[in-house]
Amino acid sequence: MGDLVQLTSFGLTEGEVLGALGRVKVRDVDYADLYFESCVSESVSMEESLVKRATKSVSQGVGVRATAGEKTGFAYSDELTKKDLELAADTARYIANSPGGAHAVPVPVHQHPTRDLYPIDRARAEVATAERVSLLNAIDAEARRSDPRIKNVMASFNTEYKVVMVATSDGTLIGDVQPLSRLQVTCIAEENGQRQAGSFGGGGRVGFEFYYEGDRYLRFAREAAREAILNLSAVEAPAGVMPVVLGGGWPGILLHEAIGHGLEADFNRKKTSAFSNLLGKRVASDVCTIVDDGTLPGRRGSLNMDDEGTTTGRTMLIERGILRGYITDKLNARLMGIPLTGNGRRESYQSVVLPRMTNTFMLAGTSDPEEIIRSVDRGLYAVSFGGGQVDITNGKFVFSASEAYLIEGGKITRPVKGATLIGSGPEILTKVSMVGHDLKLDEGIGTCGKEGQSVPVGVGLPTIRIDEITVGGTQR
Amino acid sequence: MSQQIQQRDGYSPLALDLLAKAKRGGATEADIIIADGETFSVQVRLGAVDRLTKAREKRLGLRVFVGKRSASTSTSDFSPDSLDQLVTETCTLAKAVVEDPVSGLPAADQMAGEVPDFDLYDPTRLNTEQQIELAKRVEAAAMSMDERVTNSEGGDFDSSSGRVVLGNSHGFLGEYQSSSFSMSVSPIATDPVTGAMQRDSWYDVRRKFAKLDSPEMVGLEAARRTVRKLGARKVATQRVPVVFDSETAGSLMGNLCGALSGYALYKGASFLAGQLDKPLAPEFVTVYDDGRVVGGLGSRPFDGEGLPTRKTTVVERGVLKSYLLDTYSGRKLGLASTGNASRSVGENPSVGPTNFYLEPGTKAAQDIIKTVKQGLYVTDLIGFGINMVTGDYSRGAAGFWIEGGELAYPVEEITIAGNLKDMFAGIEMIGSDLVFRGRIASPTVKITEMMVAGS
Repeated sequence: MGDLVQLTSFGLTEGEVLGALGRVKVRDVDYADLYFESCVSESVSMEESLVKRATKSVSQGVGVRATAGEKTGFAYSDELTKKDLELAADTARYIANSPGGAHAVPVPVHQHPTRDLYPIDRARAEVATAERVSLLNAIDAEARRSDPRIKNVMASFNTEYKVVMVATSDGTLIGDVQPLSRLQVTCIAEENGQRQAGSFGGGGRVGFEFYYEGDRYLRFAREAAREAILNLSAVEAPAGVMPVVLGGGWPGILLHEAIGHGLEADFNRKKTSAFSNLLGKRVASDVCTIVDDGTLPGRRGSLNMDDEGTTTGRTMLIERGILRGYITDKLNARLMGIPLTGNGRRESYQSVVLPRMTNTFMLAGTSDPEEIIRSVDRGLYAVSFGGGQVDITNGKFVFSASEAYLIEGGKITRPVKGATLIGSGPEILTKVSMVGHDLKLDEGIGTCGKEGQSVPVGVGLPTIRIDEITVGGTQR
Repeated sequence: MSQQIQQRDGYSPLALDLLAKAKRGGATEADIIIADGETFSVQVRLGAVDRLTKAREKRLGLRVFVGKRSASTSTSDFSPDSLDQLVTETCTLAKAVVEDPVSGLPAADQMAGEVPDFDLYDPTRLNTEQQIELAKRVEAAAMSMDERVTNSEGGDFDSSSGRVVLGNSHGFLGEYQSSSFSMSVSPIATDPVTGAMQRDSWYDVRRKFAKLDSPEMVGLEAARRTVRKLGARKVATQRVPVVFDSETAGSLMGNLCGALSGYALYKGASFLAGQLDKPLAPEFVTVYDDGRVVGGLGSRPFDGEGLPTRKTTVVERGVLKSYLLDTYSGRKLGLASTGNASRSVGENPSVGPTNFYLEPGTKAAQDIIKTVKQGLYVTDLIGFGINMVTGDYSRGAAGFWIEGGELAYPVEEITIAGNLKDMFAGIEMIGSDLVFRGRIASPTVKITEMMVAGS
């Protein structure tokens, strides 16, 4: 939010915005908003030791929304003229079945977020292409240097610079500048005709210097190479129910899939979630306390304000095993009569607002991580994952390990090939018996998909022991 | 300005103008893609409109080559100043990356010479009320079939139409229109005894409105698929034959597409690298990619680089006969493009299927199930547990347990695992039930054996 956002950056006056709001906020409309967005995204990528691709894309537009009861009317336009705004307003208010015409809305008070979680001004967010190129070249060299079996390195560096402004019928006009970047490295290792891949990456709402702090970019390169090499010697994964120890950080995707989605207010209002009606009930063992927190400085899932202009916060989801709250946007908080948590998010001006997670993690416990591993006689130790998915209604979720090891006799022994873990959301956390004192947040690579919309998110986890979960390997 | 040109002559003059400007800006070659369209979508939930969305959008993507260096850009802002700036920036960006010996447009004599009409466009325009009505009908049908259907995530109706203009500095300039209409519903059923919920969905999507299944057919099928999942349980971990229904078998064809992509292959990131002309599956397996199916959801008159589309035999009697390639990935592999360049505005071309399908066999799905004494019938897959480099496969699954050739009871919270190479080699039977509801389709497929992990 280094720069302050003004309506003039969208070529509009307060009068024009107020006029469009008045046009959409007809009699039966409970709430209306306009969301202006301009976004510049840039990407450079490297493979075969050549930085040979560069792309840049510019988009700008407005989304106009009206809600009436449970109904939402929505229209968007990539033109920002008064005429386009009016057309979108007329479309959005269609759901209300009220006569058109100009209606009075409160004159918005122009505000700025009260804090700045990502103070990066445009000058620092714009990195010369040559600097991006030299970053990727150094990554290629580092990965290949780390092991001669690394045969190809693919790396990409993406940045996004998004300027948003929200005008609401409840009298708010507020803007934010949301920078985001991510560095991703994939290595292919080859030995005796066998190939394996390893990936690593990270980023956040950070400036370019983040990647050089403590040679972070080189560490990403070495980690991707290490995972690829490790997987060359991986044995078939076991199949069946067994205890699983999850390492800290990115394995927190478990929380995102197993419980996070199920606690989004829209599914609970519609009673389509396996967590509907479980508020105040036990859904986890008492060593589990889980929050969603959009206020962590520089994090990928953090926001000064959500896409409805609400200041983000820290929401207690599960406290010592008891389900405490849902994450909400304005529509669902109003309909359910529950607190507004600042989780109304959208992919872009072309998408509607949905309640979405920000950074979701489990608070640290008291166990020693090594003791947690020693407690398992035969099981799996999983430290890195690919993607996950959940069926909200029956609660079944999966997530797929990309780096995992067998635990035999309390010791980590051989690496195993990736396997999918499957469980049931409302049950799995009741089987968490130990939580480590080593809470770690992920490196900043998560992207969450819901109803076709992608938004950046964060996760975090200390080392935990799950007493039993089904592991989808191939060996008995 | 651009708006006025568009109304009179379409986007062609704009495309030609920008190609000329790119040349003046230092580009040795360039191509441009302009896409515009309008979309409408309505979701109805429990009989009332839940969400209505309407929009028009347009986007323009420019790719320039300065010698062997290249860059791509895109914008939704068509104002003359902004486009001039885009041209300049694209040329500057191209000069900042390194030379890539194989980069460049396709050869000029390869460009599509004509723009055939595959009947991809339906001018039917439904008004808002008609579309709401269709969404209401599909949901009502799903809610009415069985009293255990208690809730719904909604009934949807979507329509869209659009136009693509592609031009390049070889003088190619092509344009086509397309449309799509789709309908879906996700009912939720509740077990009257346990209170446990299950959800499923069904859908149809067509380029022509008149070809859509009726809302009643779609709704009843959605309800049938949902109710039958009630009472699902886990099964013991074991190795058994697995029958994939046509939907989940389609996902296996999707995995095959991914492994056949020229980009994955030249990077050594596909388990099918080096497998051309080698056996992949039994001799009764044939797979096509056909970009010229009349009315096909994956059909188009030319690909994302302006090359003609074609019908490619991908797997012929079990032998892998072709990869899926665009110009760049083809050159990397020493092969010609297969006309599979897929282009989203602003991105470099990548490879994508057109209408990709497994040739149907003669057996009905029921007859395939009858051949299984003890095994799994898969109707849902979730998760991303596929390693394309090795072919290792492990995904969450749900479906039905087969006992003595009959579907005995629903199962859930299990995984199926194997390796895609072994799975294709292990195809034992292919059903006759091929229906396109997307660009990739398959009939029912039986695989000899996979590991099922459960309790």
